[in-house]
Parts: sequence; structure tokens; C-alpha cells
Amino acid sequence: MATETLTLGKALNTGLRRALENDPKVIIMGEDVGKLGGVFRITDGLQKDFGDQRVIDTPLAESGIIGTAVGLAIRGYRPICEIQFDGFVYPAYDQIVSQVAKMHYRSGGRLSIPMVIRIPFGGGIGAVEHHSESPEAYFAHTAGLKVVTCSNPQDAYVMIQQAIASDDPIVFLEPKRRYWEKGQVDLDAPLSDAYPLHSARVVRPGNAVTVLAYGPMVRTCLEAATAAAEDGRELEVIDLRSLSPLDLTAAYESVKRTGRAVVVHEAPSNIGLGAELAARITEECFYSLESPVLRVTGFDTPYPASRVEEEYLPDLDRVLDAVDRTFGW
Amino acid sequence: MAKGDPGGTTRSKRAAPRSRKGATGDPQLVQLLTPEGERIDSVIGPDGNEYRVDFTDEEYRGLYRDLVLVRKLDAEATALQRQGELGLWASLLGQEAAQVGSGRALRTQDMAFPTYREHGVLYCRGIDPIMPLGLFRGVDQGGWDPNEFKFNMYTIVIGAQTLHATGYAMGITMDGKTGTDDGEAAIAYFGDGATSQGDVNEAFVWASVFNAPLVFFCQNNQYAISEPLERQTRVPLYQRAAGFGFPGIRVDGNDVLASYAVTRTALDNARLGQGPSLIEAYTYRMGAHTTSDDPTRYRIASEVEAWQAKDPIARMKAFLEKQQIADAGFFAEVDEQARRESVHLRERVLDMPDPEPVTMFDHVYPNGSPLLDEQRAKFSRYMESFEGSAH
Repeated sequence: MATETLTLGKALNTGLRRALENDPKVIIMGEDVGKLGGVFRITDGLQKDFGDQRVIDTPLAESGIIGTAVGLAIRGYRPICEIQFDGFVYPAYDQIVSQVAKMHYRSGGRLSIPMVIRIPFGGGIGAVEHHSESPEAYFAHTAGLKVVTCSNPQDAYVMIQQAIASDDPIVFLEPKRRYWEKGQVDLDAPLSDAYPLHSARVVRPGNAVTVLAYGPMVRTCLEAATAAAEDGRELEVIDLRSLSPLDLTAAYESVKRTGRAVVVHEAPSNIGLGAELAARITEECFYSLESPVLRVTGFDTPYPASRVEEEYLPDLDRVLDAVDRTFGW
Repeated sequence: MAKGDPGGTTRSKRAAPRSRKGATGDPQLVQLLTPEGERIDSVIGPDGNEYRVDFTDEEYRGLYRDLVLVRKLDAEATALQRQGELGLWASLLGQEAAQVGSGRALRTQDMAFPTYREHGVLYCRGIDPIMPLGLFRGVDQGGWDPNEFKFNMYTIVIGAQTLHATGYAMGITMDGKTGTDDGEAAIAYFGDGATSQGDVNEAFVWASVFNAPLVFFCQNNQYAISEPLERQTRVPLYQRAAGFGFPGIRVDGNDVLASYAVTRTALDNARLGQGPSLIEAYTYRMGAHTTSDDPTRYRIASEVEAWQAKDPIARMKAFLEKQQIADAGFFAEVDEQARRESVHLRERVLDMPDPEPVTMFDHVYPNGSPLLDEQRAKFSRYMESFEGSAH
């Protein structure tokens, strides 16, 4: 077993490399993905090794990146589009929700758009405005799109390859503040069976409260669980991984056991993933619940100036506070 | 314009936009068949290309037949909408020559990306004309196979398909299918209003810098719903191409022969690896934008009458008569075929069944979704719960 210690960013890079090697129809396109290797260097070295026909520096226009990728997909290619930052995806929003998401449906299943739209998302890196957003709910609300996110290098390596191999159009959210965090990566990990792309995973078992998180918040919740354990409370942390479709089988089983649930995400709470999760858990686990499902989220403001983002972002204390409150009913 | 901006001081000297100039005799306009039905053997376009066609009598008659048929089928669809059988219809009346001319210039291997008005191109691609009516009746979303017919789905979001066409054309290059006479090309259809859209301008940028084998075919029918061309541009649309780095040409869009010649040349150039070009087919939408609007609110009758005199079918008929390529028997036979096919179309539209409600869950994802499967199952159980349900 070839296991290496890689950062999440390097794991993505290695996964992209594998996909380019395995399928000549896979292409990468985006702004600065070539010689520069992307502003986060996720495509570092790929143009050098695969050429500028496979790793394409595009003009600077997001709708054009996605729209031309639709045409390439119709032609039989498997485009991976890089959107440089979360806040820059909106010019491409029409192409994503009206074209990418609906092409299979509108064509009665005759056309597929096997596209991966990679978006570094979320805050915590001290960036200026439009560089720290969490647009997942916009995409998860759109039928025809699938939305996934990884939280660790192993998942990053496997999930990006699974997403590229899938015929579904997939919005692949990368937790940018975790790009530099290291972990063990099994480079021979199978792409199917063991860890299906759309499955949630229990990343820390426990019996006191079920904590649901994804992407950058998984680590925060694991830290909260470590702290809670010192107080004698074992939190069960579930990494959702897939935001659309949601895999709630593990969550339902867990909540029926713990009787309590806390959902944690960086995005604003209003009409967010937390609301969907709370509604589904309430519907499915009503007689098991000891308290309402609580949410710990960003606020219903635009993403704030970076000097106050630590207060905006859910942290260990806010998660633990919510855990405490679930025992107050 | 900001004070002190040199552009402001020269404004009064700037040439007025010439885009509204009449079609006839306009030196910017490639024309091979005058409104009176006179043939022009060949013209050197402002781009230096020679434009000509060399059709057999049978082919001339075939083009005339196409024009009459698509107009008749379009009229039938308009009537069906008026009788409540279609939710909406976007008529091509007046634009038959632009569509048939460009559509017949396509080769089998070329891929077309239409808007929702390209019924004439659809017809030329060999697609059953009932296909778009399912979309407008609301029983499906357009039932043809884009890959089989090399004609993509109708795109209702204005200009979105120009980017798809560009990407597809980039794929042609990546597949090595240019540079030879049997190469491939793509064509993107859009209207004058679409030229204001970001996507169309992005498509121009992409196609240019990637040298995509693509023809941008703009049918300038003078109105974007109610808004005249002056609300979209201050320069003739074909001239925009120069700023993006590829040739643009204006053709008489009511002249089927010139529309054919100009499109064929542009497609040949594309497939030979010479990159994109923009064709502005200068034409006029004789009817409403769709059956939902009322053109008498925004157009004057004299303008419509002036364009009636340039009718694409009348001039083709005059030419065929003058040249004795067709006789009265032929015209009667074509009219009879058009009548027969439109009656047949009407019967088939009325017979189109509503889809089974549960089919709304089909084809959302190539690989399916467990949540959607669950929703479908619940919906099916609900439908079955009705007393006497056959479901």
C-alpha cells in the first residue's frame, strides 16, 4: 500500500493528475491553472506534463469557462472547471443552474454533462471580500447538480477522482482554509465500493450528541469533540461529504441513539443546509429527539471584513455552547 | 460621457449608425437574389470573398419547397397556439431564407446550436417538424436526439448556446477534425438582442483566442421582443467581429441564395482551420416575437409593409418563374404538399398525449439520486391512493 503524507491541496493535485493519466478525455480549464498552477497551486505542474490542450488557461470570464465546458462535454470531453474563488462563481451561475444542471433533463437523458466545477470555498484565510464565501446552498437547491465537499487529504484524493469519473455534473467544494493541512493518503485507495462519493461518514463515534458538519467545519467539530470528551461528553461527529444528495442514513441512526443533534456550517443560517438537515432529522427522528436540532452557522450578513472573521466563523466554543444547550430542554 | 472626454467633443461628427439602412442596394449587404427576383451571378463581398452559388434547377426548386413548407408549418403552429393547443409559439415568419439558406449549407457532420426560433434549420437537419411542438405544447422539452441530428436542443436563455457552440468547436479542434475538406464545423444561432448578452461576447472572445471552427449566425430581425436594434447597438452588428479579431459579414437574410453562399464559405473556412466568423443575416421578423406579444404596440405599419416587399418566398418564386425553372403545376404541387403536411402536423399535435406525471422524475441525474428515488416512490404511492386509479 502506497501511503504518503500529503496536504489536502497536494492530494487534490495528485488526484487530478491520476484522472488526467487515466482518461484522455479529461481536461482542466480555468483562470491561471496552467503555468501558475492555479492561485492555490492545486493544478501545479499539470500543464507542464499534460500540455496546454489538456490543462487550458482560459480568458478571464467565468460564464465562458462553464459555458464552453458544456460544449466540450457535449463533444465527449470531461471538463474540470476551476473557479478561482467562491465569490467569483456568480457570473457563471446562469450557465451552472440553467444549462449544466438541466441539460440531461431537457434532453430526455440523451445528453450528459460529466463536468466537475471546483470551487475553493469558505473563510478563515484573512482574505478580502468575495474570497471567503459559502455558496453551497445555491447549488444544493438546484436539481440536476450534485454537490460534494471534502474535509481531509484522503477524501480529497479519492473524491476528486470519483467526481471526475461520474457522469453527473458535480460542484466540488474545496475547503480552502484546510488546503495546507496534512494527512495520510493511501494512493492505491479504490475509487468505488469502500467510500462511495455520496456517502456520509462517522468520523468520531460517540453517544451524547450527534454533530453534523462538512468541509472546513469537520476539523472544528472534531476539536470540539475532543474538548467535550474532557468534560465527559462523547460527541458523534459525522462528515456529510455530500450536500446534494444528502446521505442521512448514518445521521438518523446516530440521532435515534443520541437524541440530540447540532448542525455546523460556515454559511449563513437562513435557508441553509442546516435548515434542511434539521427538518429531515425532525421528520425522521421525532420520537427520539430530546431537544430541537440546533444550528451553529455563520451569520446572515455578507462575509465580514477578515479582522472579524474569527467571530463570524463557528468555532470550538460556539459548537460546545450549542451542545450544552441541547441538554437544556 | 464625462466632461473633458475627447470622445464627447467628436460626438457630433461621428457617423450615425448605418444599421437601419434599407437592405436593397446596400453595399454592405451580400445579395444574390434581388427582391424582384433578379439573379446576381456572383458578388465580391466587402470582405474580399467571392460569393456565388451553382445550383441545378432541381436544387433551386428544392430550396423553394423548403421555404414554403417551413412557412406553412410555422403558420400551422401559430394557429394551434391561437386555438389553445400550444402554450406558446415563436414564429419564424419572414426569416425562412436565413434559416433555410444557412441550414442547407450545413454538412451532415456539422453541429448546430439553435435558439427557440430555428424551426427552419431544424427542418433542414431532417428532424420531424412536430418535435419542437412538444416543447411548446408542454408535453416534453424537445424530443430529438442532438447527437443523431447534429442539432442541439432549443435554448431559451438568450445567448447561452453560443458558449456551448464555442466549446463544442474547441472540441472539434482538439479532436483534430479541422484542416481537411471533410472536417467539421459548428454553427451558433442567435438574434440581435442576444448580442447584448455577456455570454455572446464571451463566446466571441473564446472562439477568437482558441481559433474555434465556428460560425456565429446572427439573425438580425430588428427587434428583441419590443426593443428595436438601436437599443442593442450603435454599430452594425457584423462590424463587432473585427474587434474580436475575426471576420464579420452582413448578408441579405431574405435571400436564400446569399444566405446559403455566405454560410457555406464561413463553414468551409472554419473547417479548414481558419477560425470563427460572424454572419449577420439582415432580415425582419414579420410576426410577433412570440404569440404572447403584440407588435402593433411597437412597430409602425409602413415598416412592416416595406419588408413585405422583400419577402423571401415571393422573390424566389419570381426568379423561378422568370427563369422558367418551375411552372404553375410545380407551385400548385408545393402548395398542396405544404397543405397536406400542415394538416398532418395538426392531427399529430392534437394526438400528442400528456406525459405520465411520474415521468417528471426521469433523467434528472445520469446516475440517479436516492433522495429523488424516495420522492418519486412517495409520489407514486400518493397517485395510486386515488380511488379507481389506473396507476
